[in-house]
Amino acid sequence: MITYLSNNGDTVLAALRQHIWLALVPVLLGFVIALPIGWLGVRFPWLYHPLVNVAGVLYSIPSLALFVFLPVLLGTKILSPLNIVVALTIYTVALLARTVADGLRAVDPLIVQAASAMGYRRFKRLTDVELPVALPVILAGLRSATVANISLVSVGALIGVGGLGQLFTRGFQLFYLEPIFVGIILSVLLAAAADGIIVLIQRALTPWTRA
Amino acid sequence: MITFDDVVKVYPGGSTAVDHLSLELPTGKTTVFVGPSGCGKTTSLRMINRMVHPTSGRVLIDGQDVAGQDEALLRRGIGYVIQHAGLFPHRTVLDNVATVPMLTGKTRREARTAALGLLERVGLSEEFAKRYPAQLSGGQQQRVGVARALAADPPVMLMDEPFSAVDPVVREGLHKEFLRLQEDLGKTIAMVTHDIDEAIKLGDVVAIFRQGGVLAQMGTPQELLDHPADDFVAEFVGRDRGFRGLSFDSAADLPVRELTPDLVLDDKGRPEGWRVDGGIKALGGTFTTADSLRQVTDLAIISPVGIAVRVDESGAADGLVRHHDLADHLAARRGRSA
Repeated sequence: MITYLSNNGDTVLAALRQHIWLALVPVLLGFVIALPIGWLGVRFPWLYHPLVNVAGVLYSIPSLALFVFLPVLLGTKILSPLNIVVALTIYTVALLARTVADGLRAVDPLIVQAASAMGYRRFKRLTDVELPVALPVILAGLRSATVANISLVSVGALIGVGGLGQLFTRGFQLFYLEPIFVGIILSVLLAAAADGIIVLIQRALTPWTRA
Repeated sequence: MITFDDVVKVYPGGSTAVDHLSLELPTGKTTVFVGPSGCGKTTSLRMINRMVHPTSGRVLIDGQDVAGQDEALLRRGIGYVIQHAGLFPHRTVLDNVATVPMLTGKTRREARTAALGLLERVGLSEEFAKRYPAQLSGGQQQRVGVARALAADPPVMLMDEPFSAVDPVVREGLHKEFLRLQEDLGKTIAMVTHDIDEAIKLGDVVAIFRQGGVLAQMGTPQELLDHPADDFVAEFVGRDRGFRGLSFDSAADLPVRELTPDLVLDDKGRPEGWRVDGGIKALGGTFTTADSLRQVTDLAIISPVGIAVRVDESGAADGLVRHHDLADHLAARRGRSA
C-alpha cells in the first residue's frame, strides 16, 4: 500500500481534493437552501407534511439514477462535476429542510411566546431565539448530511466524477486491491474528520447544552 | 391605569372566552385576576399586550387604545412574567435579564450592567450571572424571570401564574419578595392565578372571574371575604374565608394576659417552651404586634397548652393569649362592626 501511495501520490491527492470539494460544497449550499424551506414548514403549519413527504421522496431516489438523469434535466455534460454537486445538494436539502423544521418545531412554545411578549419582531425572534435554541438538532442533521455526502460522492465514479470513488473503479477494473483500500481508508478518515469538525463547532456555539 | 372597555373575545369555534368585560386596574397597584380554568383570566391578561386581540371592545393603557400601537414597541414597555419563567436556555442569566434593554437599543455593556443590579434586586448574587437557566432551581429561574421583566423599567407588568410552578416553601419566599419589591417599585401589575389564597395575599384588588369569561366580583381582598356578591364568589373564596379574613386584622389591639410561671424563659426573657407534666414542650412559635390575628389563632391552636405567646422587638415574652381571649376579641369586634 505504501508503494502504491508513493507511486500514485498525485492521483490519490487529486482524488481526495475532488472528494472534499464534491462533498462539502453541496453541504453548504444545501444548508443555506434548507434554512428558509424548513422555516416555511413551521411558519405555515399546513406546509409541514407536504414538505416532509417531498423530502422523503427526493431522498429515496437512488443516487446513481439522479447522477445519470440530471444531465438530461439540466443540459449539463454527463461528465460535469456539476451533476454531482446538484444531486448531493438535493439530498442535503431533503435531509436538512426536515431537520430545520423539526428543530424549530421542537422549540418550547413557552420560550417563543416569552420572546414575542418581550417585544421581539418575527425575524429577530427567529435569528436570536428560535434558531439558536434549535441549533443542536440542526447541527445533528448537518452531521448526518455531511457523512452521507462523503460516502455518496464515490458513487459518482461510475459516471466518471467521483473523487476517491475513482480509486474503487480503478482497483475493480485492474483486479488490484491497493487503491480500493486506500480509497476506503481515506473516505472513512475524511468522514470522521468532517464529523469531528462539526462537533467542535457545535461545542463552541452551544455551551449551554452542557450546562 | 389599564381599562377594559366592554371587551369581548369569541374564538373562531364560537366559544366565548371573555364576555363583555369592563374593569379598571388602578395605577401602581397589583390587580389579580382569579377564577377556575376556562374563565378567561389569561385571555384577558394577554389582551393588554396584544398577544390576544379582542373581538370587540377596547383595552386602554392610560387612555391609549393598545390596538393602535405597534405590537413590538408596546410589548417592550410592558414587563411579562410567565409560569416556568420561559427563560432563554441558550443565554446566560445575565443576558436573559439584558434582553429587553438590548432590544430597545442599549449597548451590551449598559444592558449587562443594569442586569447585574436587577439580579441583586431579586435576591440573586453575582455568581448566578454567568450560569445558564438549566443550572438554576425553579425558584431561582422565576426570580430571573421577574428581573428580566423589570429590566426595561416598564410601568406595567403582566404576570401569568408566575409562582404556580414552584413548591409551596419556595412560593412563600417569592411572595414575600414580590410584596417587598412592589412596595419599592409601585408598578401597575396585572397578575393571573387560579389560587385564591395567592390572590388575596398579593392583590390590592382582586377580580374574580367565572366560567365563560364573566367578571363575578371585583374588590379589595377584605371586601370579597366579608361581602361576597353571590354564592359563586362565596364558594370560590372558600369555606374558611372567615379564618382567612383574620389575615387582615392586626394583633396590635388584641388584649394580652400576664406571663405565668409555666412559661420557661431564658436569661434575657425570651420564651423557650412550656412546662407540661414535669417536661418542657416546644412553643410552636411567637407573634408580635405586627402580626395578624390569623397568626395568633394558629399559634393558639398548635400550642401544647392552647396559649399564644407575644414577644417584643427584643424577642422577650411580654404577654399571653388564650383560645377564649381570641373568641372574646372576635365577638367584641363583630359587635363593633355590626
